[in-house]
Amino acid sequence: MTRLAAFLDSDLAWSFRHSPVTVVAAIVAVVSIVGAIGAPLFAPHDPFDLAKLDLLDAFAPPAWFDQGKAMFLLGTDDQGRDVFSTILYGTRISLAVGVASVVLSMVLGTGLGLLAGYVGGVLDAIIMRVADVQLSFPAILIALLINGLARIAWPDAAHAGIAFWVIVLSIGLSGWVQYARTVRGSTLVEARKEYVQAARVIGRHPLAIMFRHVLPNVTGPVLVIATIHLATAITTEATLSFLGVGMPPTTPSLGTLIRIGNDFLFSGEWWITVFPGVALVTLVLSVNLLGDWLRDALNPRLR
Amino acid sequence: MAEPALVEAQELGRDFEVSRPWLERKLGRLPRQWLRAVDDVSFRIERGRTLALVGESGCGKSTVARLMVGLHEPTRGRVRFGGIDLSQAAPAEMLGIRRRMQMVFQDPYASVNPRWRVRDIVAEPLRAHGLINERGALRDRVAELLTQVGLASRDGDKFPHEFSGGQRQRISIARALASDPEFLVCDEPTSALDVSVQAQVLNLLQDLQAQLGLTCLFISHNLAVVEYVASEVGVMYLGRLVELGPVGAVLARPAHPYARMLLDALPDLDMTGRPRTPVAGEVPNPLEPPAGCAFHPRCPQADARCRVERPLLKAIDSGVLVACHAMEEGRLAPGAATPGRATDRIPS
Repeated sequence: MTRLAAFLDSDLAWSFRHSPVTVVAAIVAVVSIVGAIGAPLFAPHDPFDLAKLDLLDAFAPPAWFDQGKAMFLLGTDDQGRDVFSTILYGTRISLAVGVASVVLSMVLGTGLGLLAGYVGGVLDAIIMRVADVQLSFPAILIALLINGLARIAWPDAAHAGIAFWVIVLSIGLSGWVQYARTVRGSTLVEARKEYVQAARVIGRHPLAIMFRHVLPNVTGPVLVIATIHLATAITTEATLSFLGVGMPPTTPSLGTLIRIGNDFLFSGEWWITVFPGVALVTLVLSVNLLGDWLRDALNPRLR
Repeated sequence: MAEPALVEAQELGRDFEVSRPWLERKLGRLPRQWLRAVDDVSFRIERGRTLALVGESGCGKSTVARLMVGLHEPTRGRVRFGGIDLSQAAPAEMLGIRRRMQMVFQDPYASVNPRWRVRDIVAEPLRAHGLINERGALRDRVAELLTQVGLASRDGDKFPHEFSGGQRQRISIARALASDPEFLVCDEPTSALDVSVQAQVLNLLQDLQAQLGLTCLFISHNLAVVEYVASEVGVMYLGRLVELGPVGAVLARPAHPYARMLLDALPDLDMTGRPRTPVAGEVPNPLEPPAGCAFHPRCPQADARCRVERPLLKAIDSGVLVACHAMEEGRLAPGAATPGRATDRIPS
């Protein structure tokens, strides 16, 4: 309990309480995340259970319209799936892809950044030149490239099963550079400090010094980047899915839902695409606002 | 000599590359540049003795300290510890040597990991060398170490930011002592501390040295501190030793013109109102050290020989080693006892 009390008393908690925008963003994000994780509990329908779908329910407008049905709050799509339920499940997939690719980027970038900064020399030069080259391509292009390669390597049938991991890999590999650069910079600063030299005098293995001494001192900025990157990763996934190279329609993410709905936008069934769009914007915006707040709150110069 | 010196530096030298980046160098047709931080430094420290190295900023004394504990590889020469050449030691052997030598650093705010608890900081050498593996024993040993340096054993649960500079330096000393080292390198351990705290830390170091029979290399630019802690003193100038001898002889009757200048510059009460020789001139650019004796541009005794020929360390009557042509040729009389010794200002 003392730890909790100490946390509630910290600068971070204070700046959180005194930023209404952040509080609202946090509430929205938590609601989205809880709704997504508990989708099977909260969703009124199971949009993936083909046996329960009825094509007669297709294209029902949201419940508050004349032709709307009370059981379909936000209407249904062309196959009679409840839009609200698909959004819950879609958010779940979008978040899963986002979190998994951020973790991949973070682990890869932090590890390479630590190595480059601590070992230096040729290794540093190689890692950072690769990073520079990759930085000159837009992330979405790299994701498309990796995705394309995976599509050639695996037949279509198998692809649906591994689509999730292909996207995680695409987005994860396209995002490590920022982590690596930041961590390398902080590592260069930390490695010069005397506590690292003390550890060398003691005779610790370089890997032990890197991970036990330097790493805990460079994680602050990584956390900030990860939060902001989560929003970017979700958007990138949505973009890929919207372009048709992302999650397949059988396990749709928010991006896939927007793409499917897009076909019906001009025939008047706007709700199929607009509601997933609103869900995506709300989620990304709240995560982004949280990241901005975290960046400012952890920046000693802005205190 | 019956017992070989515990620590020995033999013609030790270290260069640092300070060239521009490769591309810039090729485009601008610039040569590679090397900074000769330490050159031809030899000394030995007998068991239980303390050698202090003094000199102005940038004279290479800290580099010597780092060379001695293996933080830098020497470019030339050798470091011998207990007769073993560090550069020849096998990795396993080196680990054993690492346990026997430790270092206390200058900046108490940077020398302990801010994310670690004091308990883990002090226990690190014990864990790294697998000296104590059992949890309870480890705890007891850490508590003992903390008490030994004048902290409370319950301080182990705290983080470094909860301590003052002097207390952090005590943590640093506790960590250095954890693995029962024989050789302790102190790189200006008190220069970042308040004067009142300096004395406490110095006294602690002295007591511990007497108790544990430590051999020390003490780096400082404070002559009062040196006189207090050292048994031998070496004066460094631009990466070279210019004078080396017992602390009493060197500080009472400095022989080398640079050592005289340093001691003359010490302020003291007796000298109030009397004229004094200031330390004249500036340290030359170490990238282009002067030919011959590096001190000749600032030396009142310099002649033609000093400008071309580099003087070597030679023993004078008092047994002190001095690198000076003027001393050797008898142009310069052996130093007279300086009134108002550094001792008068020793913090106690």
